[in-house]
Amino acid sequence: MTLNAEDHSHLTPGPPWLEALRTEGRCHFAQLGLPTPRQEAWRFTNLAPLTQPRWQIAPPASAALNPGPLPSVVPADHPPSYRLVFVNGYWRPDLSSTSGMPNGMVLTGLAAALIDHADLIEAHLGRLARADTQALVALNTGLLASGALLVLPPGLMLERPVEVVMIGTGGESDPPLAWHPRLLVVAGAGSRATLIEHHLSQTHHQNCANLVTELFLGAGAQMRHYKTQRENPASFHLATTSGRLDRDASYEGFLLTTGGRLSRNEVRLVLDGPGATATLNGAYLVRGQQHCDTTTLIDHATPGGTSSQLFKGVLDDEAWAVFQGRVLVRPGAQRTDGQQLHRALLLSDRARIDAKPELEIHADDVKCGHGATVGDLDDDALFYLRARGIDRDAARSLLIAAFITETIARITDPVVAAAFESLADGWLTPG
Amino acid sequence: MMSAFCAALPDPGACGGTPPLKWTSRDQERKPEPMLEITNLHASVGDRPILKGIDLTVHAGQVHAIMGPNGSGKSTLSYILAGREGYTITEGSVTLDGRDLLTQSPEERAAAGVFLAFQYPVEIPGVSNATFLKAALNGVRRRRGEKELDAMEFLKLTRTKCRQLGMTDEMLKRAVNVGFSGGEKKRNEVLQMALLDPRLAVLDETDSGLDIDALRIVSDGVNALRGPDRAMLVITHYQRLLDHIVPDRVHVLAHGRIQRSGGKELALELEARGYAEFGADEAA
Ligand SMILES: Nc1ncnc2c1ncn2[C@@H]1O[C@H](COP(=O)(O)OP(=O)(O)O)[C@@H](O)[C@H]1O
Ligand SMILES: [Mg+2]
Repeated sequence: MTLNAEDHSHLTPGPPWLEALRTEGRCHFAQLGLPTPRQEAWRFTNLAPLTQPRWQIAPPASAALNPGPLPSVVPADHPPSYRLVFVNGYWRPDLSSTSGMPNGMVLTGLAAALIDHADLIEAHLGRLARADTQALVALNTGLLASGALLVLPPGLMLERPVEVVMIGTGGESDPPLAWHPRLLVVAGAGSRATLIEHHLSQTHHQNCANLVTELFLGAGAQMRHYKTQRENPASFHLATTSGRLDRDASYEGFLLTTGGRLSRNEVRLVLDGPGATATLNGAYLVRGQQHCDTTTLIDHATPGGTSSQLFKGVLDDEAWAVFQGRVLVRPGAQRTDGQQLHRALLLSDRARIDAKPELEIHADDVKCGHGATVGDLDDDALFYLRARGIDRDAARSLLIAAFITETIARITDPVVAAAFESLADGWLTPG
Repeated sequence: MMSAFCAALPDPGACGGTPPLKWTSRDQERKPEPMLEITNLHASVGDRPILKGIDLTVHAGQVHAIMGPNGSGKSTLSYILAGREGYTITEGSVTLDGRDLLTQSPEERAAAGVFLAFQYPVEIPGVSNATFLKAALNGVRRRRGEKELDAMEFLKLTRTKCRQLGMTDEMLKRAVNVGFSGGEKKRNEVLQMALLDPRLAVLDETDSGLDIDALRIVSDGVNALRGPDRAMLVITHYQRLLDHIVPDRVHVLAHGRIQRSGGKELALELEARGYAEFGADEAA
């Protein structure tokens, strides 16, 4: 079977509203179909390779798989994170650890949460992610079976970070597996938390993750949301994130992509209350035949909002990266400050980059800027380092790390910044 | 006319302000093996010939000055010695201690003992000076078969050398040459030279952009590195650097060739008369 919403026999029936949502999702997907390069938003990313493998939903038997060591950004001498672990799309309570959560906080598998938090889920699920216009959201909704729910009660200042770990695994004889998890985050007014996502492969087995994330940030809520996607180079990673920021809320996101044959991060953030702040930074390092798409939309819907984005990419071999960044300032969103910068470093002349920064401004009192640059390694710097006795490869690595550092340094959580720095270093010195 | 000019020169030994040398060129006469030997070197950039037959022999312990007008090929020569890409050697050879230099990579040459103090030290944002110096030092030590230094050993050594050059620890934390003043950049070059302990130091216009105090600090740093096992090629447009770093030999480079060679008094002559007689097309 190809990637479609027809086979949904694995789904456990849910409450009527959920069944209605799923049916609607399947209908929308039947109408929309997989995106094609004929659509503007998908001009540079062709999902045709996604239709080749005969994808299957992982059998529940795989719920016994041992995924190996579990990653964490938290050093051993720090208090551990609250951690939810998913293997091949299934939540694994046996591998997760959420003990010691403060009162009112919820962190659990989405299906399990339906029992205790059905009303809250019903009130939020599908309210930000658009199944009617976004095909991958429709597919995710139609096949919605698993995911995570994170709820922060108003005013909660969470000390320990939350980590969501999604691991793909499989043997030689297993079919390619697809999963469609949903991450639902509801941060109450004035709450504060750090959420870290890990997406990785245990084996070389081909997977397709079609992830949808919905983030509700209440007034004054502060969310730090960091993601590393380091899946194997056979796998597909499609992630659609929709966030809504209420008055004075602040969101700091970071996307670190090193994995996947084809990956797309599509992030839409709506600044939906005066004084909201959205920071979205990222780094991608790709080589071989990897295709890496970053598509962002920062929607300034209310006055006095601030957004800033800095993305940096390193491309080697025949890698192909796409950056589409759109900043929209709606009528009335005065005193908006929206900045965006994308810089790519090409290490090979066979690599390809398509960068499309866009500003769409419908208010007059705004400060917005965007830029995009593409360059290669500075020959003068390379020669200077080598003339001092530093090997060519080491000199190149130093310069690439220096290029990437600027954006990783913007991660305000020092523990995560250090962990992401070493992930980037790991890309530079593989094996 | 020439002899009349020479007669007007002050006694070379009385050249004002010359610091006493720890090392004099007389001692090297015991070592007849040349350290650097450049033979009939021709080099082009693209189709354009820049060096047109350079011959130069430098022995261990010697300091040679190469003077010449702007555009005469001084930096080209120094880059070729250090192994920069982009030049085609159409004729000739360069050896260091009898080994062919031109086939070696820049990092191999650094380990073999070539050090180029850049006319324009390169700024490298995002790489701290300390990281850079440690990578350089250990890179060279590894190739030389010496033990690499750990962080503590490196810091101790570097701090000592910094103090000698009037550099602060803070300059180690900053990105390589980024936001450094002209004097700081050149001191940073001398610091690297002191750490890497080269056989042959090539100083390309080390005096450019320095005020008189910075010039003294940098020259003192360079003079401290003079020694029987080291040779230096001091490239300069102006004579004033040679008041501080007194050469054993002076060569005039113009139009891609060494037009004249002599003792240190040749520098004073050039200072007085300019490069006009070598057909320099520059205004200076
Ligand atoms: N990369 C290059 N491409 C073209 N011309 C060059 C290049 N490098 C040097 N030249 C030319 O070669 C000549 C010598 O330059 P250079 O070695 O920098 O002189 P100097 O250091 O003596 O001032 C100049 O005419 C300069 O324009
Ligand atoms: Mg020059």
